[in-house]
Amino acid sequence: MSDVATGAFVSPKLLPPLPSPGRLKRWRIIATWRDVVLTALSLYLIWTLGWPALKFLFLDAVWTGSSRADCLAETAGHPVGACWPFIAAKFPQFVYGFYPESERWRADLTFFLGGMLLLPLLIPRTPFKIANALLFFVAFPVVAYFLLIGGSFGLHYVETRSWGGLLVTLVVAVTGIVTSLPLGILLALARRSELPLLRTGAVIFIEFWRGVPLVAVLFFATFMLPLFLPPGWEIDAMLRVLVGISIFAAAYIAEVIRGGLQAVPRAQYEGAKALGLGYWGAMGLVVLPQALRVSIPGIVNIFIGLFKDTTLVLTVAIFDLLGQLRAAFADPNWSSPSTLFTGFAFAGLIYFVFCFGMSRYSLFLERRLHRDRD
Amino acid sequence: MTAIEDDRAARPPRLALYRDPRARSIFAQALFVLLLLWLGWELVANARSNLAAKGIVSGFGFLNSSAGFDVSQALIPYGPTDSVRRLYLVGLLNTLLVAVLGIFFATILGFIIGVARLSGNWLVARLAGGYVELVRNLPLLFQLLFWYLAVLGTLPATRNSLSLFDAIFLNNRGIVLPRPIFGDGTGIVALAFGSGVLAVWAWRRGARALQMAAGKSIPVFWPALALLIGPPLVVMAATGFPVGFERPALQGFNFVGGWRVIPEFAALLIGLVVYTAAFIAETVRGGILAVARGQSEAAYALGLPRGKTVRLVVIPQALRVIVPPLTSHYLNLTKNSSLAVGIGYPDLFAVFAGTALNQSGAQAIEIIAITMATYLALSLATSALMNFYNARLRLVER
Repeated sequence: MSDVATGAFVSPKLLPPLPSPGRLKRWRIIATWRDVVLTALSLYLIWTLGWPALKFLFLDAVWTGSSRADCLAETAGHPVGACWPFIAAKFPQFVYGFYPESERWRADLTFFLGGMLLLPLLIPRTPFKIANALLFFVAFPVVAYFLLIGGSFGLHYVETRSWGGLLVTLVVAVTGIVTSLPLGILLALARRSELPLLRTGAVIFIEFWRGVPLVAVLFFATFMLPLFLPPGWEIDAMLRVLVGISIFAAAYIAEVIRGGLQAVPRAQYEGAKALGLGYWGAMGLVVLPQALRVSIPGIVNIFIGLFKDTTLVLTVAIFDLLGQLRAAFADPNWSSPSTLFTGFAFAGLIYFVFCFGMSRYSLFLERRLHRDRD
Repeated sequence: MTAIEDDRAARPPRLALYRDPRARSIFAQALFVLLLLWLGWELVANARSNLAAKGIVSGFGFLNSSAGFDVSQALIPYGPTDSVRRLYLVGLLNTLLVAVLGIFFATILGFIIGVARLSGNWLVARLAGGYVELVRNLPLLFQLLFWYLAVLGTLPATRNSLSLFDAIFLNNRGIVLPRPIFGDGTGIVALAFGSGVLAVWAWRRGARALQMAAGKSIPVFWPALALLIGPPLVVMAATGFPVGFERPALQGFNFVGGWRVIPEFAALLIGLVVYTAAFIAETVRGGILAVARGQSEAAYALGLPRGKTVRLVVIPQALRVIVPPLTSHYLNLTKNSSLAVGIGYPDLFAVFAGTALNQSGAQAIEIIAITMATYLALSLATSALMNFYNARLRLVER
């Protein structure tokens, strides 16, 4: 301190660099006593959670069998882990619910079509983005509707009550996003409109739906919606839920898109106006394309939330993947001590793969967006 | 030049009415209002004729009728013959209980995990990261069912309860905890504790005033701890320990004494805390990362030790980034507590919109409207509270 104060001494030669801390030191696993304790605690945690999980899922698991008897410790001769034959036996139920067996190719075809249209949409470099988006967001839902419901084009009618499993999860999630996107764009535009009445209306609408839990929205759609329809109109239970989810998701999408709209400089809109474009021209051709581009990661995040929230349809007696899982637990043919954990491990894996994939994709998009801007 | 100035001076050019922005704006809004009115009228008319067709008398009279079923957990005395109004109150209190406890524990766990994710220790950071990724990517209802069916449901029966220190018992009918007993003289102990709190407050004020005036800092934490624990302990010893714990004991098939926490409550609380903590952890991590590194370096250069740097420099700045998203996590937790209906915890939604709706059947509109209004009110109240807190933290600018 005193040296600096008197300003007397500056070292004429550079100090030699310190030796590299080495990998173990750099990771700080055993750098200090504190790190040693933390590392030991972490290892203990991994040991107490990881080893039993490994043993349960693979080492002690039963891989083949035809009924609960095969998954009991007495039959297997060792403590039994996961009962995978249970999953194999219930697999069609987890995927299709009670969709008639002879018609399941229709669900498969829908999955295939959706996947084929979605895949190029997700890869940034593929051409024909607009045509592709139109096909996925407009044409595909219509085709999927006729394929799944049937009753026309020589297909048998399959009532929605027999749908279930992953099929319902995907139908609810995709319908939710496809319908809520245009609705959300309109709501966001209304919320940023210069017309005070329209703006107030949009604010109340959005904040109301964002303030109530989804379960309440589903109950609202299931029990209240039919009362508000003209007498004599029947509305399918699945459709009610879809209406509720779409409105709910639209409110959230609207907020994401509003954020995107705010990120577009005002001058863009003014410039468009100066070029002689009207409101819809300026919004549709100049502002919205930029705003939507910025909002895509946010929209994907909403979609992840929506995908997870589809499980709530269980509360209004529609059996999605989780509902089918619960139903499968009740089957006495397969009730064994490990059935519960096996089922949860399987369904958890499916949910995790979908959600984790989407969140990684959203991160990838965000990074790309930042890179393009730099 | 003159022509332009003339133009400016002149009145704006007359537009056809349908091109005039003001006229168009008024017209569009009038159309919007008319549309809303028509829609509202149509909905009300439909509802009235539908209700009439089903012979349902609408109104809130049903609130005074007897609920007709019991509830597994009630914070206020409640029986099947009590009114639906009281049932609503029971459900609301249960929701508030799980929401408040959930927010409390999720905040603590979330902060721990968030800080652990930033730890220099590679293993700790990876472990925290794994927790966040796993929990965030599984649906909440899935997790609730997992805790309820797979973890709590497979605990041993009452006879073979797992026990912790012979005071806490875990079995498939719930968790049994020791219950505090307040004997005579509890008031004096509470009084001693209250005066301790006041003394801490005065000490802190004094310490801050001294710091401002003389630049001297005196310790706050340890004296505060002593002030909080000391006086109540002395008074307790003097009055012969009026506050004690009643240990639960197994008698026959059930536990006698103690507090029984129903498994539905435990599952819901654990599920909500674990789920929300993952989101809070990410927020905390983002907030701490948002504080520029130069801030803590400058604090070190000023000679502040590490603990004080974190407490006085990093955290106050990080909180500004953390609090707004934290509010929405709290709101989500409160709203997500309605998932109780999936595992049968008697919260507002399950008893009121779930069971009461099934029982009365007819009053769908009223019941769902009340439920939605309640959640809306809870949401607005939470965000108002957090906005108030946020306003206090905000950077004071010119």
